[in-house]
Amino acid sequence: MIKTESFYDTPAPAGLTGIKAWLLTHDHKRLALMYMWAILFWFVIAMMFGLLLRTELMSQGRTIMGPEVYNSLFTLHGVIMIFLFVIPAIPAIFGNFFLPIQLGTDDVFFPRLNLFSWYLFMFGGVFALISLFTGEGFPDTGWTFYVPFSVEANSNVSVTVMAAFILGMSSMLTGLNFITTFHRMRDKNMGLMQIPLFTWSLYATAWVQILATPVISITLVLVVVERLFSIGLFEPDKGGDPILYQHLFWMYSHPAVYIMILPGMGVISEIIPVFSRKSIFGYKAIVWSSMGIAVAGSLVWAHHMYTSGMSDVSVFVFSLLTFLVAIPSAVKVFSWIATMHKGSIEMTPPLLLALIFIYLFSVGGLTGLVLGAVGTDIHVHDTHFVVSHFHFVMFGGTGFAFFAALHFWWPKMFGIMYEFKNAYIGAVLTAIGFLFHYVPMFILGLQGMPRRYYDYLPKYETGNFLAGFGGYLLCLGILIMFVNLFMSFKRRIPAPSDPWGATTLEWTVPSPPPVHNFVKKPQIKEFPYDFSEVGKREKNGEKARKIL
Amino acid sequence: MSTGIDKTGIKIGMWLFLYSEIILFGGLFVLYAAYFYKYPEFFSEGGKELNRVIGAVNTVVLLVSSFTVAASITAVQRKAKKQAIGLLIFSIFCGVVFLVNKYFEWGAKFHHDIYPNSETLVSGEVGLNIFFGLYYVITGLHGLHVIIGMILLSISLVLVMAGKVTESKYSMLENAGLYWHLVDLIWIFVFPLFYLVL
Repeated sequence: MIKTESFYDTPAPAGLTGIKAWLLTHDHKRLALMYMWAILFWFVIAMMFGLLLRTELMSQGRTIMGPEVYNSLFTLHGVIMIFLFVIPAIPAIFGNFFLPIQLGTDDVFFPRLNLFSWYLFMFGGVFALISLFTGEGFPDTGWTFYVPFSVEANSNVSVTVMAAFILGMSSMLTGLNFITTFHRMRDKNMGLMQIPLFTWSLYATAWVQILATPVISITLVLVVVERLFSIGLFEPDKGGDPILYQHLFWMYSHPAVYIMILPGMGVISEIIPVFSRKSIFGYKAIVWSSMGIAVAGSLVWAHHMYTSGMSDVSVFVFSLLTFLVAIPSAVKVFSWIATMHKGSIEMTPPLLLALIFIYLFSVGGLTGLVLGAVGTDIHVHDTHFVVSHFHFVMFGGTGFAFFAALHFWWPKMFGIMYEFKNAYIGAVLTAIGFLFHYVPMFILGLQGMPRRYYDYLPKYETGNFLAGFGGYLLCLGILIMFVNLFMSFKRRIPAPSDPWGATTLEWTVPSPPPVHNFVKKPQIKEFPYDFSEVGKREKNGEKARKIL
Repeated sequence: MSTGIDKTGIKIGMWLFLYSEIILFGGLFVLYAAYFYKYPEFFSEGGKELNRVIGAVNTVVLLVSSFTVAASITAVQRKAKKQAIGLLIFSIFCGVVFLVNKYFEWGAKFHHDIYPNSETLVSGEVGLNIFFGLYYVITGLHGLHVIIGMILLSISLVLVMAGKVTESKYSMLENAGLYWHLVDLIWIFVFPLFYLVL
């Protein structure tokens, strides 16, 4: 093979040197990496906040912090995790890096807008930091910024809210860029049903981003306006209705959970067929279920509000719609399982993480139905059951999909291989810690322990202690996983262009890819998950990579 | 790898952005709908207090400016640079007229002690408070968009003067024009909702 210069050695636009080659770059791959470091930074911060929270709850009464700090910490944990990690993680890092390559093109449609989105993202992060150290102290409203508290609180809510506004803008522009790239930059020989599923999932996500994000933008603007001018749009004394705030908030924030999970599902749809050496089962069903989730998911927001006092008719309708969303999600899970059936399965760290995803996500999804049904929801509303449910989906789902994506695409992004054994240890430890951490919360919730409370009755102590213990295991697992990945920079075992025996376009280009991605014109397969060539290669005794 | 400029793609991007702007205002219109349902008589009463003449003048001003922006694009396509510059300057001037009218309108309301959190509104009927609250938020946000639109038109104007916008490359002007049409379109909804309520 001809030796090519990777994108690390070629600045884009040409002529930039040093730090400028990164800060002013238009290259989607460099931007993806810049997102990665920023997002990992925020992830670690928010994870430490979460760990501090659970440490506080491990025993009754004051353990390490006072109630005010506790309120601020759960707010910050939520805001940072949601807006600076879960929403941007997969689209901004892996989407930016691989969407253009999977479509057989050299960059996104608006490269400069892409750079601008990154700056918005960083700017939003800086705003979030500023809100911590200025004004009347840490914001303590919870990430939902519910009125009237968010309007009346003395803490620095306005700046935090503006941070979320800017971050929303960044995610929206990324979505806009992806949709345009999808339609206009796709290789001319690639039909709609020849597009890899990861890119399809990003496409569905991008639509939700554009459809829903402006609603949160205007809602957040209204919170700031209310704080500045006290118009009273959400204040009953002045004729306003606080429930309307909740409607507006969840009109975005529920679709947002699909912004969070859809790209993760896309990652899993890539990983499962590769390590089963078998074409994905139900390609079209997965594509349509992604779009189905995007549409149906936009119509279920009020299931967060069963106890808010809205009308019984709405409660009934939203409960029904909520159950409908479970169908496309289940279609995906069954398709993944069916793909593995009679496949030639090869265990690797990405596959292990993907399997953990399927298990944890299914538990999260099924407990979602417990909450979607009105009768049971009234009982567990605003308890630890809810906390556990959405962490199963967001962390067990998106979080593990993120780890899986890191392990899957790491060799492509950096051109080096990591150690498998430590990756397995890290993954297993994280999963065990995860179960120890969140399963007790289901039980606590059913027993009636409310979420966001600083203190609790003695009967909840065992559960909270176990959850805290699990939290430490979980963090240890993640630490091992990351240290192992970073150690690969030191060991520098070069990765071939296709270490896994995968079929999508990103594996046909060198690792790491050159600045224009493709050395020669991409060959579009009739079907993106056609493993016949990989099978032939392996029959000839050609191993894609050394066993590590 | 790609050759030439994909004008369709640029337009798709712009339309998606405009779409998100409509949703942004959509959130406010949802509030309007909910409160209109709750306080119909006060919305009607409040609407009568707004100055319909200024509102109508502003509507005409924006409609005319939308036409002149569209005409300036055609002028650029026909290589009539001077004409395009004239039309653009006129459009920006219309934006200024709109804002000046808005300034006098808001000023008059302030004078009558009708503004957010004012004594009259707080101690008066809650329905009226909500009506004027929404009026200030929606027209305020719309005014902000008028200003952004004027900035975009000014940038396009400078580019046309500098010869950077030509008959073969006018996406910037076209997108600024699209944005201006959006500003116009939103006003077309705002005007009847506030000034012409039954």
